[in-house]
Amino acid sequence: MPIEVNGKTLETDEEGYLSNLNDWEPGVADVMSKEDDLELTEDHWEIINFLREYYEEYQIAPAVRVLTKAVGKKLGKEKGNSKYLYELYPYGPGKQACRYAGLPKPTGCV
Amino acid sequence: MAKPDFEIPELKLDTEVPALKEGTMAHSSPFIAKPEHQEPLGFPGELVEDWHDRAIGKMGDLLGKYRGLQVYLDSCVKCGSCTDKCHYFLGTSDPKNMPVGRQDLLRKVYRRYFTFAGKYFPWLVGAEDLTRETLDEWYSYYHQCSQCRRCSVFCPYGIDTAEISMAAREILDDVGMGQKYCNEIIAKVFRIGNNLGLPEPALADTLEGLEEDVLEDDGVDVKYPLDVKGADILLVTPSADFFAEPHVDGLIGYGKVFHEAGLSWTLSSHASEAANFGMFIGSYENMRNVSMRIREAALDLGVKRIVFGECGHAWRVAYSFLNTLAGPFDFLDPKYPVPQHILEVTHDLIQRDAIKLDPSANDDMILTFHDSCNVARATRMGPKPGGQFTIPREVIKASVNRFVDMAPETIHDSTYCCGGGGGLLTDDLMELRVKGAVPRMDALKRVIEEDGVTHMAAICAICKSQFTKVLPYYGMGMDMIVSVHQLVSNAIVLGAKK
Repeated sequence: MPIEVNGKTLETDEEGYLSNLNDWEPGVADVMSKEDDLELTEDHWEIINFLREYYEEYQIAPAVRVLTKAVGKKLGKEKGNSKYLYELYPYGPGKQACRYAGLPKPTGCV
Repeated sequence: MAKPDFEIPELKLDTEVPALKEGTMAHSSPFIAKPEHQEPLGFPGELVEDWHDRAIGKMGDLLGKYRGLQVYLDSCVKCGSCTDKCHYFLGTSDPKNMPVGRQDLLRKVYRRYFTFAGKYFPWLVGAEDLTRETLDEWYSYYHQCSQCRRCSVFCPYGIDTAEISMAAREILDDVGMGQKYCNEIIAKVFRIGNNLGLPEPALADTLEGLEEDVLEDDGVDVKYPLDVKGADILLVTPSADFFAEPHVDGLIGYGKVFHEAGLSWTLSSHASEAANFGMFIGSYENMRNVSMRIREAALDLGVKRIVFGECGHAWRVAYSFLNTLAGPFDFLDPKYPVPQHILEVTHDLIQRDAIKLDPSANDDMILTFHDSCNVARATRMGPKPGGQFTIPREVIKASVNRFVDMAPETIHDSTYCCGGGGGLLTDDLMELRVKGAVPRMDALKRVIEEDGVTHMAAICAICKSQFTKVLPYYGMGMDMIVSVHQLVSNAIVLGAKK
C-alpha cells in the first residue's frame, strides 16, 4: 500500500515498511505515526534518529540492548530500558520505530 | 502491544475442548513469498502455470523419497485420539486444526492420484481432485501447524502430522507458493549468515557491548569472542540471542559459564545462526545448505567441539540430522558428543562442581519451565533417556531456590507448543499465535494462582519471542519469560574457582 508524503507517493510492503529505503524523509515518520494515532514528540525522534544513524553504519537495526544502552547514555539511566521504549512505541521499538525510521523489519526469531 | 482485531480467548485453569466451529480460521494465511525470497532457495518466483501437474509430480517424488509420508497417509483409521491434542484446535475450535483434519487435506488428494480406490471410486474413499482452492486451503492450514508433534505422541499409529505439513509446504514451495517469513529468512542466511541479517561488524559491535556490560555489572572481564581460530569450542546459537530480550541474557550466561570453567570458545560470523528454517519448509536441500555453514565454520576455525545455544528446532536439526546433513565430523574431538547442547555443558560442570552457583541471586523469582516442543519430542540431552526433561530442570534448580512444574499433561513429552513454532512466528499470523498459546497460558495461569509463580524459563528463541509478544494479550507481563542461562548468569559466582 503506497503512502503520500509531501506530495510524493512512496511504495510500502504488506506490513507498511518502505519498499525503497532511500525514499525516507522525516515526513514518512509523521505520516505513519498519524495512521497509528501516535503523536511524535522529541523523545520519539531521539529514537528514530539513533536508529537511522546505527543503520547507516551497520546496515541493520540495533539490538534491543544496544538501543536501550544508547538511550540510557543520552537521555539518562532511568530511560535506558525497554519499558521506556515500549511506552514510546507500543507496537514494539524494534518494529514500530524501525518502520517510522524507514528501516527494514527485523526478521527471525525476534 | 497492537490492538487486536480478534477476540482474545478467556483463560481457564484447565484447557477445555471447545465445540467445533467450522471455518473460523479459514481466513488465516501468511504473506506469500516474493520472487526475491523464493529464487535463492531454488523455488519458482511465483505460482507456475502447470501448478497442478507439478504439485502431483512433487507429491509422487516425496512419497518415493520419504516412506514415512506414505505410511502416515495410508494408516489413519480415524480413531479420534488426536482430535483434542493440538493447541491450535484447542485455541481456535476450527476442525481443520484437528491433526486428522489437517492431514486429510493432503490425504484426500493423495488418495485421488496415488491409490487404486481413489482413482476409480473417489466418492467412496474421500478422494478429491487437486484444485486451485485446494492449494489455498493447504497454504492456510499447513501454516496453522507448528510441527510440534504433540499429536503424534497420542496417535496409536504414531502418525506424524509435522511430516505431512512439511511435505505440503515443500509442494507449495515447488509450485511457487512459498511463505514470505520462512523463505525471506533462509535467503538471508545464505546472503549474510543469519536469520536477522546481522552483518559481521554489527555482530562484533554487539559482542563488544556485552563485554562492557558484564565488566560494568560484575567487575569481571568475560569475553564474547568472534572468529577466533584455534578455539576449542564453536558456539552456534540463534541470532535472536544477539538481538532480543530475554535471549541476550542467556547469551551473557553462556559466556560466563565458559569463562568460569576456563573453556576456550568462539562464535562464528559465518555460522552466526543455529536456527535452520529449512526444516520448517520441509526442504532437505535448504536444510543441508544452512547446516553446511556450521561445518565450514568448524573446519575454518579448527575447533574441537561444537556446542549449540538455546534454540529448540536447531537442537532437533543438530541432534537428529546434523551428521547426515553435514558430516562426518571426524575432525572433532571424539571425547565429546557431536554436537553438544549448552545445557549439557553447564549441567556437567555443575555435577563436577567446576562452577559455583548461588541460587539466592534469583530469590526474587519463582520459576516454572516450558519444555520446547522440538527439544522434548525430537531430541535428547545427556546419556539417559528423558535427559531433555531432567537436565534443563536440574540446571534451573541449581540456579534458583523456588521451582514449580506446570500440570503433568502439559510438560515433558506432552508439552504444548508455545504457539509460534514451525515458521509461524510472524506478525501476519498474530491471531493464530495468540489463540494457539491458550493451553500453555492456561497451565501457566494455574501455577501463578496456586503456587505464586512469577517467571517462566524457556530454552528456545521462538518460545521466548512468542511468549514475550503473547503474554500481554492475556494481561501478563512480557518480562515474565526468561532464558535458562539468564538464571545461570544471575547465580554464577565468578572467580569462585580460580
